[in-house]
Amino acid sequence: MGKTVLMQGNEAVVEGAIAAGMRFYAGYPITPSTEIAEQSAVRLPQVGGKFIQMEDEISSMAATIGASAAGVKAMTASSGPGFSLKQENLGYACITEIPCVVVDVQRSGPSTGLPTSPSQADVMQAKWGTHGDHPVIALSPSSVRETYDLIIRAFNLSEKYRTPVIFLMDEIVGHLREGIEIPDPKDIEIINRPVKKFAKQNGLPYHVEEGEWVPTMLPFGKGQRYHITGLAHSESGFPTNDNATAGKLVRRLIDKVEKNLDDIVTYEEVMCEDADVAVVCFGGTARAAQSAIEQAREKGIKAGMFRPITVWPFPGKQLEALSKKVKRIVVAEHNDGQMLLEVQRVVKNNCKVDFVGKIDGSVLTPPVILSKIEEE
Amino acid sequence: MSEAKKTTTKKAAATKATTVKVADANKKTKMEIRLTGSGGQGVILATIILAEAGIEAGKHVAQSQAYGPEARGGSCKAEVIIDEKPIGFTKVEKPTFFMALTQKALNQYAPGLSKSCIVLLDDTLETPECLLSNKVYKAPILESAVKEVGKAMTANIVAVGAINAILNLVSDEELHRAVMSHVPKGTEELNEKALQVGMKLIKK
Repeated sequence: MGKTVLMQGNEAVVEGAIAAGMRFYAGYPITPSTEIAEQSAVRLPQVGGKFIQMEDEISSMAATIGASAAGVKAMTASSGPGFSLKQENLGYACITEIPCVVVDVQRSGPSTGLPTSPSQADVMQAKWGTHGDHPVIALSPSSVRETYDLIIRAFNLSEKYRTPVIFLMDEIVGHLREGIEIPDPKDIEIINRPVKKFAKQNGLPYHVEEGEWVPTMLPFGKGQRYHITGLAHSESGFPTNDNATAGKLVRRLIDKVEKNLDDIVTYEEVMCEDADVAVVCFGGTARAAQSAIEQAREKGIKAGMFRPITVWPFPGKQLEALSKKVKRIVVAEHNDGQMLLEVQRVVKNNCKVDFVGKIDGSVLTPPVILSKIEEE
Repeated sequence: MSEAKKTTTKKAAATKATTVKVADANKKTKMEIRLTGSGGQGVILATIILAEAGIEAGKHVAQSQAYGPEARGGSCKAEVIIDEKPIGFTKVEKPTFFMALTQKALNQYAPGLSKSCIVLLDDTLETPECLLSNKVYKAPILESAVKEVGKAMTANIVAVGAINAILNLVSDEELHRAVMSHVPKGTEELNEKALQVGMKLIKK
């Protein structure tokens, strides 16, 4: 650990991404994510990387996928309106299994909504924004320090599982400045994609070895020609209409995430051991919830907080266990009840589930969450 | 109680450093500072500098801002929390210090201020009746930047000097370093002058 420096959440995205090995950024600036593009433009050339401002969000996503296919760790960032535009190509990255990180600094919507106001209303867009059955990993930080660590993890998961990873931030953390200690590079775990040694694998670019979840990857343009398509494909990489082959592919795409939940899922429990009420929240909302449960404790209410760090896959098993211990869960989020749906699906009738949300662009404050905690 | 307040982090090794400790309610060390003005006056940078100074002094800080889509002319609110303890909620709830550089911002935010909130106003502003504060400083921040420093855009640095003279947040040396780390190269002398002018605006 070095000196403490003052850093903005959006800057921590870039610094963490570069530490993780990001060397390509394509984007189209949009509030409240613009500082990510700005900082990438400054920092990438300094480390031998490339920054490109594209004509729009669709092409930004395409360029990000293209760079990664060529063997370079790549990232793009946007906010809700731009994240909507990235969805088609996001699906392309899912089925072609090209690692990349897509940052969404959420703002109030729908459409261009309130550009400078916080929101967390892209929870379901992160999961279902691109069509078809597909895996989703979405991580959400609640502090600047965590942003740095978690964007590194986003790259690592993306590389390991060969899948796009969504970094689901909000304006609260993106525009927050805090003091952080940058970890020593030698203390950072970096995972790189499994690279193909082609000759040994019969030249099949999407051949998956026994016991592995993903095919090894050959950088596109490095000698061996192969085919990449958004159509269902066989191990050869070429399109197929064979139902069995297509079914096997989609099953593996889903299972590489769903069967590895123990490796992927992270969450935080605060003061949950003896809690009667647990606040479930994520991202920047956790800062208000943290203060609210402390104030509740001062009033003699046993309150705790459960915070999914992986919003997707959702820590369902862990929340289910908690729901059998507490009397009540309060879901707090800056939307009209999106994570709430997932909580209700998991908790069923184990305990009562209440909700407190925000849809007007203002910030959920500790007193508002506290009064919901106190309701019973 | 202390046992129950233990924070557990599972399968989140990477996030350990962010675990927020339970606040010690007996210590009122938390400064909640809100600076307001018009977009372009540099109130955001002023809070960034105060945050930087807080870090220089080894404190926990959280700085944020709210503004409209326009870069210039819109109303602007910037905040910084400086605390001995790790900070939970990152926005200012009950300002302990408030500054306004424009009448519009003052009129907008004055109704929410408590009696104990220390207020600093540019001396061209009229104090609204709804301002309850027991401690109101009026200082020629904007005028000093023009006449004494020689550049209107240094008003925010003048303000930073005045604020630290009122609140004694950090040492002069720490404040100096914080200012220097956030002003453009070649403007160090000008901004140092602005800082000194600001400090002298407040009579000790």
